[in-house]
Amino acid sequence: MNHLLSINDVTRESALEILDTAAELSRLSENSIKKFPTLRGRTVVNLFFEDSTRTRISFEAAAKRLSADVINFSAKGSSLSKGESLKDTALTLQAMGADAVVIRHSASGAAHQLARQKWMSGAVINAGDGTHEHPTQALLDAFTIRRNLANGEGDLKGLRVGIVGDILHSRVARSNVLLLQKLGATVVLIAPPTLLPVGVEKWGTEISFNLDEEIDEVDVIMMLRVQRERMDDLFFPTEREYSRNFGLNNERIQRMKKGAIVMHPGPMNRGLEISADSADSKRSVIVEQVANGVSVRMAVLYLLLGGSQ
Amino acid sequence: MSVILNAGEINRALRRISHEILEKNHGSADVVLLGIPTRGAHLSLRIAQEIESIEKNSVRHGILDITMYRDDLKMRSPRPLLPTEIPSGGIDNAHVVLVDDVFYSGRTIRAALDAINEVGRPRTVQLAVLIDRGHRELPIRADYVGKNIPTAKEESVRVHLLETDGVDQVVIENRKSS
Repeated sequence: MNHLLSINDVTRESALEILDTAAELSRLSENSIKKFPTLRGRTVVNLFFEDSTRTRISFEAAAKRLSADVINFSAKGSSLSKGESLKDTALTLQAMGADAVVIRHSASGAAHQLARQKWMSGAVINAGDGTHEHPTQALLDAFTIRRNLANGEGDLKGLRVGIVGDILHSRVARSNVLLLQKLGATVVLIAPPTLLPVGVEKWGTEISFNLDEEIDEVDVIMMLRVQRERMDDLFFPTEREYSRNFGLNNERIQRMKKGAIVMHPGPMNRGLEISADSADSKRSVIVEQVANGVSVRMAVLYLLLGGSQ
Repeated sequence: MSVILNAGEINRALRRISHEILEKNHGSADVVLLGIPTRGAHLSLRIAQEIESIEKNSVRHGILDITMYRDDLKMRSPRPLLPTEIPSGGIDNAHVVLVDDVFYSGRTIRAALDAINEVGRPRTVQLAVLIDRGHRELPIRADYVGKNIPTAKEESVRVHLLETDGVDQVVIENRKSS
């Protein structure tokens, strides 16, 4: 594995290897070891063309805990606003000796472009490209599910995961569908028909238009953010109606199975897809997802950069 | 391939090392045994059991994975991490005894010293190995040695243990012929 661009490129075995490595790293950081010298002298560039809090900080923390040097680049305030192309940015990074580039871009396929064109020799990690994929988010979600519902080991066989909401614009949903199915879970997509992409029936998932029919069946409910910034059309009549039909609220939480968990990749629109009391309920593992993100990204950086190139 | 230690000889070496550890540290009270995976961890457990049967007292022991501290990471493909278990109470002010199977270049032990540094500040760090085969590349020495075996660099020394390989024996083989 030289790059992490899509969950499609990750075999079941290497996904489990990443999760196992992350589990060990997370156990070590709970037991006093916070920093490792493993990537000393390596440079990781965070190349963020799109806003992000969690993912960027998480990658930064992960790289720093492995002693790598971190350079943060955000589109705002850079030469991109003067019209520099992705290619010239990549050549600049190559000249500076970047060993890995973590890229987030609003265009689907930006990470592939960067990796395939050989503009630079470092590893490319996709941290979200348009509405395509967000592989490290899927890995940290799988890690969180495994930790809560599968004793922290093996795969996710037998678990039923509901992904609710804006599937159409969600790279998180795409990566999760691929990974969770690879690990043996059953995925059911729950959304209004207008928020399901064309061709979704070929994803191999179940599909439902009714959250109330599924809420007491699933082991995991993953709420997706309604991505207002990508909505150039009218996808549902009113936010109130969306919230009533597809939002998670206290009444629905009460009906969930014993031990079932609530997830959200963040940032949340409290009151729209998830009510404030559901986000803070006992079933919610949303904060744990963020903590697990650092361990999973450390594992990815270690496995991509730790060995010989 | 020739066998240089059989099961009985391995057991006698470990029993002697256990006695030496107790003698040097005046008992087992402040001793913490840390085995380096995989075979060092099994050897450390055996030494801990031996010490317990001699002293009728338990000795603190754990496992220390040093993968993240290796200096040859850039030269080979990434290795999976193995579990680290530091006994409760930590290692501050303890006499830490590192346990490994084969002592060769000394680089593993250097990495282990770095790892220990992250965990705490022991009073002393000592080293117990089943086989010392020479060819040190760093100024590191062992405190307790099961057997010194002069070797050529082309040879490789393999420790087989019941726990991992189904048999207790140490063999030496020539890399070219095997």
